[in-house]
Amino acid sequence: MTDLTSGTAVADKSSRNQWWDVWDQFRKHKGAMIGLWFILFIVVFTLFGPLIWPYDAAKPDIRARNTWAIWSCVGQSSGTWPCLFPGEEARAIKASWWHPLGTDQLGRDNLARIMIGGRVSLAVGMTAMLLSIFLGTLIGVLAGYFRRLDGVLMRFTDLFLSLPLLPLLLIFAALYKDSLSRMMGPELGVFTLIVVAIGVTSWMPTARIVRGEVLALKEREFVLAARSIGTQSTKMILRHIIPNVVSPVMVAAALGVAGAIITESVLSFLGQGFPPDFPTWGSLLFEQIGYLELYPMRPLLPGILISLTVLSVNYVGDGLRDALDPRIRGR
Amino acid sequence: MLNYAIRRLVLAIPTLLLISLVIFLVIDLAPGSPMSQVPLTVPPEVRAKIRESLGLDAPIYVRYFKWLGQFFITEPAYAIDHIFGTNWADGRQRILSYQSRSPVIDIIWQRLPQTLLVVGLSYVLAVVIAIPIGIISAYRQYSWIDQTGTFVSMIGFSVPTFFTGTVLIWIFATKLGWLPSVYNTAMVVDSWATFWSRVSQMVMPVTVLTLFNASQISRYMRASMIDNLGQDYVRTARAKGLPERTVVLTHVFRNSLIPVVTVVALGVPTIFAGAIITERVFGVNGLGQQLITSIFANDIPMVQTLTFVFAALILIFNLIADLIYGWLDPRIRYD
Repeated sequence: MTDLTSGTAVADKSSRNQWWDVWDQFRKHKGAMIGLWFILFIVVFTLFGPLIWPYDAAKPDIRARNTWAIWSCVGQSSGTWPCLFPGEEARAIKASWWHPLGTDQLGRDNLARIMIGGRVSLAVGMTAMLLSIFLGTLIGVLAGYFRRLDGVLMRFTDLFLSLPLLPLLLIFAALYKDSLSRMMGPELGVFTLIVVAIGVTSWMPTARIVRGEVLALKEREFVLAARSIGTQSTKMILRHIIPNVVSPVMVAAALGVAGAIITESVLSFLGQGFPPDFPTWGSLLFEQIGYLELYPMRPLLPGILISLTVLSVNYVGDGLRDALDPRIRGR
Repeated sequence: MLNYAIRRLVLAIPTLLLISLVIFLVIDLAPGSPMSQVPLTVPPEVRAKIRESLGLDAPIYVRYFKWLGQFFITEPAYAIDHIFGTNWADGRQRILSYQSRSPVIDIIWQRLPQTLLVVGLSYVLAVVIAIPIGIISAYRQYSWIDQTGTFVSMIGFSVPTFFTGTVLIWIFATKLGWLPSVYNTAMVVDSWATFWSRVSQMVMPVTVLTLFNASQISRYMRASMIDNLGQDYVRTARAKGLPERTVVLTHVFRNSLIPVVTVVALGVPTIFAGAIITERVFGVNGLGQQLITSIFANDIPMVQTLTFVFAALILIFNLIADLIYGWLDPRIRYD
């Protein structure tokens, strides 16, 4: 990537795509770059990890239950070293390289569960973000472009903004879960429910931002020029308006992923998310919170992963905002 | 100002009614009915009788208006009777919980103080902490104070409240044993000892919410101060020889508050969502805790009224923000 960038820059500066400028500015944001690397790592870890790791996330193994993580020998009776080598100490607390993060109360491998759980959490975050961005852009463009729709759509947005969203999400999840599970199967049903619920309750900020941008764009000369040659409204929106609101929408999308991951984990944490045999980071935390005193790492690890992922996504969003802002870029 | 306040108040009424309709429809159109927990061995005619006794056989608009009547006429009438000893509400049906068969409003009234205490306290603390941090961060941009402040607020903003709560419990209740991990609502404060235990049990829930709110407010405060510090009126103020203190703390500060108040008002639902989560984590016996137990128990009248009370609280806080907004920026009073 780096070679390609500098190569293009040297060889042909005049026909350089503006996205290379954005990328150059983005690279200067240290936090955003670390965040991007961490997200890449998490995606690879959750996508390909379960293919390599031999244990199944759902398969209990009662004989190997409640084993500790590999670093747990620290602070034990005589130990100061992690249980890197199988010995007396490691055997006493049942820590071994077979289960580096230990197992839960049913003997399911924690590492496998965290990988599968991360997959679901990320999938929910991405899909819900796409839905919310779609709704937000649609409503924002309609409200900004058509003056007749503006009042109605913005009152509608304000109404949604003043709804108590978490209580409504909890009610949604509790009351519609069973029938959707029956219709689409337990996993797909809950997935659809949660994605739709999060998407439908999080589009408002995007809509407001997009509307503002569209209102400003409408007054610009190129829109006037396009209209003067007889461009239809649909063409105008698709060809001239939408491409020009991409930057704020991208920033909103990054923040939307973070918000969706948190909302999903909150729902799971409050017991209205995914069922226990279908792990996500939030439901793993919720399930293991009773073991906080005995095995603190079991609830803390999924929580740390949620926090780090959200932190990285937020940093990437910050970096994007700076990189996409032409006033900051090039300074 | 009074005129403006009255106008905002009147505008809030249709919003409130619309919200109540939305909540009612979401709950009522849901397929998981309160009858789904009655055993299948109960014969159909008995089922129909139960539905009738709960008032579930009436058409949807009848039930909606009945609920509206109960909430806006019967309950206030009961409250007035209770205070003045009149008998306006005689023979009227109050909103009853399916779970406990006691009036919903009484339960909400018992639990409201806990929620408002934790939310209000953490909010005041958050503002007190966040605004100076925002001002200093913006005034000394890229200094070490700014760097630390930005980093800490990014963390506070990203880490979900339920996880902060879990970590605090693990450190301060499990490992160190300094603070109790569960909130005791039944405690009566009558001496210094009980007062201290009351304070110590509030430390963790309030800290969690304060951290989250403060990080949000300080981010916006910083951004808004930076925007305003580069404006022409700041140069004018400095040019006419005002002391730096007056320029920053009077001119820039007041103007920077305007967008912050808007953002804070928009974030009010998030604040109550945070309260629901912290109540669950620490076992605070407030409205959020009640909401979750009622959802699990399929207690429809309770869930409906509680959600509406949350909506009303959000609207009240928004209204307060609007009034502050009108005071900060006199232009918008005359739009």
